[in-house]
Amino acid sequence: MNTLLWVIIPYLSIMVFVGGLIWRRRYDKFGWTTRSSQLYESTILRWGSPLFHFGVLLVLIGHVGGLLVPKSWTEAVGITEHAYHLTAVFLGTIAGLCTLIGMAILIARRRLVGPVFTSTTRNDKAMYAVLGAVIVLGLWATVRANVVGDGYDYRETVSPWFRSLFILQPDPSIMAGVPSSFQIHVLAAFVLLAFWPFTRLVHAFSAPVGYLTRPYVVYRSRDARSQRGLRAARRGWER
Amino acid sequence: MRVMAQMSMVMNLDKCIGCHTCSVTCKQAWTNRSGVEYVWFNNVESRPGQGYPRTYQDQNRWEGGWVRTRRGRLKLRAGGRMKKLLTIFANPKLPSIQDYYEPWTYEYEHLLSAPAGEHTPVARPKSLITGHDTKISWSANWDDSLAGGNEIAAGDPILAQVSDRVREEYEKSFLFFLPRICEHCLNPSCAASCPSGAIYKRAEDGIVLVDQDRCRGWRMCITGCPYKKVYFNHRTGKAEKCTFCFPRVEIGIPTVCSETCVGRLRYIGLMLYDADAVGKAAAVESKTDLYTSQLSVFLDPNDPAVAAAARASGIPEDWIDAARRSPIWDLIMRHRVALPLHPEYRTMPMVWYIPPLSPVVDVLRDTGHDGEDPGNLFGAVDALRIPVEYLAGLFTAGDPAPVTEVLRKLAAMRSYQRRINLGEERDESIAEAVGMTGRQIEDMYRLLAIAKYDERYVIPAAHAETAAGLEELATGCSLDYEGGPGMGGSGPFGETSGRYAPIAVENFQALSTRQRADDINQPGPEAKRVNLLNWDGKGRPAGLFPPRESPNGPDPNGPEEKP
Ligand code: SF4
Ligand code: SF4
Repeated sequence: MNTLLWVIIPYLSIMVFVGGLIWRRRYDKFGWTTRSSQLYESTILRWGSPLFHFGVLLVLIGHVGGLLVPKSWTEAVGITEHAYHLTAVFLGTIAGLCTLIGMAILIARRRLVGPVFTSTTRNDKAMYAVLGAVIVLGLWATVRANVVGDGYDYRETVSPWFRSLFILQPDPSIMAGVPSSFQIHVLAAFVLLAFWPFTRLVHAFSAPVGYLTRPYVVYRSRDARSQRGLRAARRGWER
Repeated sequence: MRVMAQMSMVMNLDKCIGCHTCSVTCKQAWTNRSGVEYVWFNNVESRPGQGYPRTYQDQNRWEGGWVRTRRGRLKLRAGGRMKKLLTIFANPKLPSIQDYYEPWTYEYEHLLSAPAGEHTPVARPKSLITGHDTKISWSANWDDSLAGGNEIAAGDPILAQVSDRVREEYEKSFLFFLPRICEHCLNPSCAASCPSGAIYKRAEDGIVLVDQDRCRGWRMCITGCPYKKVYFNHRTGKAEKCTFCFPRVEIGIPTVCSETCVGRLRYIGLMLYDADAVGKAAAVESKTDLYTSQLSVFLDPNDPAVAAAARASGIPEDWIDAARRSPIWDLIMRHRVALPLHPEYRTMPMVWYIPPLSPVVDVLRDTGHDGEDPGNLFGAVDALRIPVEYLAGLFTAGDPAPVTEVLRKLAAMRSYQRRINLGEERDESIAEAVGMTGRQIEDMYRLLAIAKYDERYVIPAAHAETAAGLEELATGCSLDYEGGPGMGGSGPFGETSGRYAPIAVENFQALSTRQRADDINQPGPEAKRVNLLNWDGKGRPAGLFPPRESPNGPDPNGPEEKP
């Protein structure tokens, strides 16, 4: 059971994620978009969207820091466990709340604004459910363990296990003793990861950072791939 | 010097009768799909009027185009790169669908399906956005021909710039039409605003296109374009814009809007320009210098040095030759009667306009004067501040001098040609009054009045070695078999995801699906209704006849024929 949950599912999910992204990039470049609904409605979006997106970016940074950077490193540069924990829980909760509120606004908008709702696909709805679940579960795990409870240091358990996946020496036994709230959050996250390439969430991978450095006006030559022949021009009235 | 060729257009506004044929044919060709119901790559707006989308010319509100910084550099009006990225989650300056208009259709189905009743059934308008009943309150040309009167015309941002007296007189005096397409600018701010770099200017002919595979729907281009000629497809989530009908132009035939123009007022040809000079020319300090500074980037193809430089930059010989014969060169540079639309946006637009003389002539005629007499005409051009100031607001960033000059030339041509028509002697003094010779005037008259198809459209075909595959256009839909890529439909991730289908095929399929759709809002893939125009009497398209009673019973429609 442990192996299934903490080795097979994560690896499967990562495989689907990477494979799915590559496949989608090749097969469905045209469908790779944010599918923005700002044209229909922008007053609510102006609040909800930045709140959600900036929140989620902060959350992402937090996760990278917490999961990938070993505890010994932060301690080596003089950050005590207590200080780290405090900032992480504090910032994490704020970022998580921003994300949650933003997401609530966006989902409410999606449901209540007619045109936005009409243009919501089934895929979108499923995606919202999974994404929402991951965020809520994560927030709940943090709040339960650190605000209500007396603190839990996932960097002792979840993080080493997570890193062990990437050095191909998965160690499922560590995860067995982790509080169930964290376990569920982690599993939900892997479900989201596997679902990711098949939803509009792919737009996260086209964050346009190149814009900062490229020249303003892009010149390109006519597409050389689609040469198929030429036919002589005929005048309008001869056609 | 880096010579580049630009496919450009000039429109002679005096001849536009506001028939909207260009808009309709363009829409049929390019924007008849769902998601772009509200989009008109070509639109014809009445002036004065608010335009489409409403008040798009008010850049204080919409923040399109470029501005010159104090240090003399160009900056996007809506903010620099960093600001663009920070506001990417909710573009603060995006026009909403209401600023264009809420597209609609009528529920014709109801006329047939309504139960018998006391009242005649009506086809109610249905919004194409929500699918519900709607009240039509605006459209792409709601204020056509000054409909709505002063109330609506007062919202015209250009009118707001001219003085009060002029404004009052203008409102009761005249009207002209302004057909607009994308300007295919030399310094396109739409491309500069695109975070993904999906909008590009083609190196060969300067046509500005959106790469549909690279567009990620960030919506910054829509803000960036001061002419609001990039549109958001709300079904596919991608930007779309006028393509200068590149599949047609590449084989040497004019754009759809030009081909079908009833007034035959559009001219298409090449302009050679110095790409290295564009940046500096667009950043000249005074707005009113932008017209002349744009003239300075154009290169004379008759100059051997330019031709040599063009060859060196890889422009083929027949393109250089086409540039020499270009009607655009003649109208912009030789006769100097064409002016750019809103040069003050600093995008260096490449669809130019010959301002209309008709407002002046109309006033003369209405006041009982001879509208073809040179004295009357010249006097009127100088005295009638109304049209001149308004036209200057459109074409020369408010400087009346170039507009007056053009109108005087048009007036001179009118008077000069009338004498010829009436069999009188040619009057050189009329030509001299506007700094031209009689020959030049006749030359210009030829181009403006009687130029034939081949003279109006000088379009060199793309080269065999560089041409894109265009066979699909002429051979019909060879991909249009059941389940083939031409059958349209959707991939697994929403509207038209999946591999691309050639444009012509896709358009054809989309149009036919739309025609057959039962539900206006969500045209389904199934062919439930039959387009009788396409039915050739052979076979039994599904849905043409009611379903058979039973598989074995007698068939009321006779034996099935195979086509
Ligand atoms: S007019 Fe056309 S080329 Fe110019 S900025 Fe707008 S969309 Fe771009
Ligand atoms: S088809 Fe020609 S005459 Fe008619 S509205 Fe268009 S530009 Fe004007």
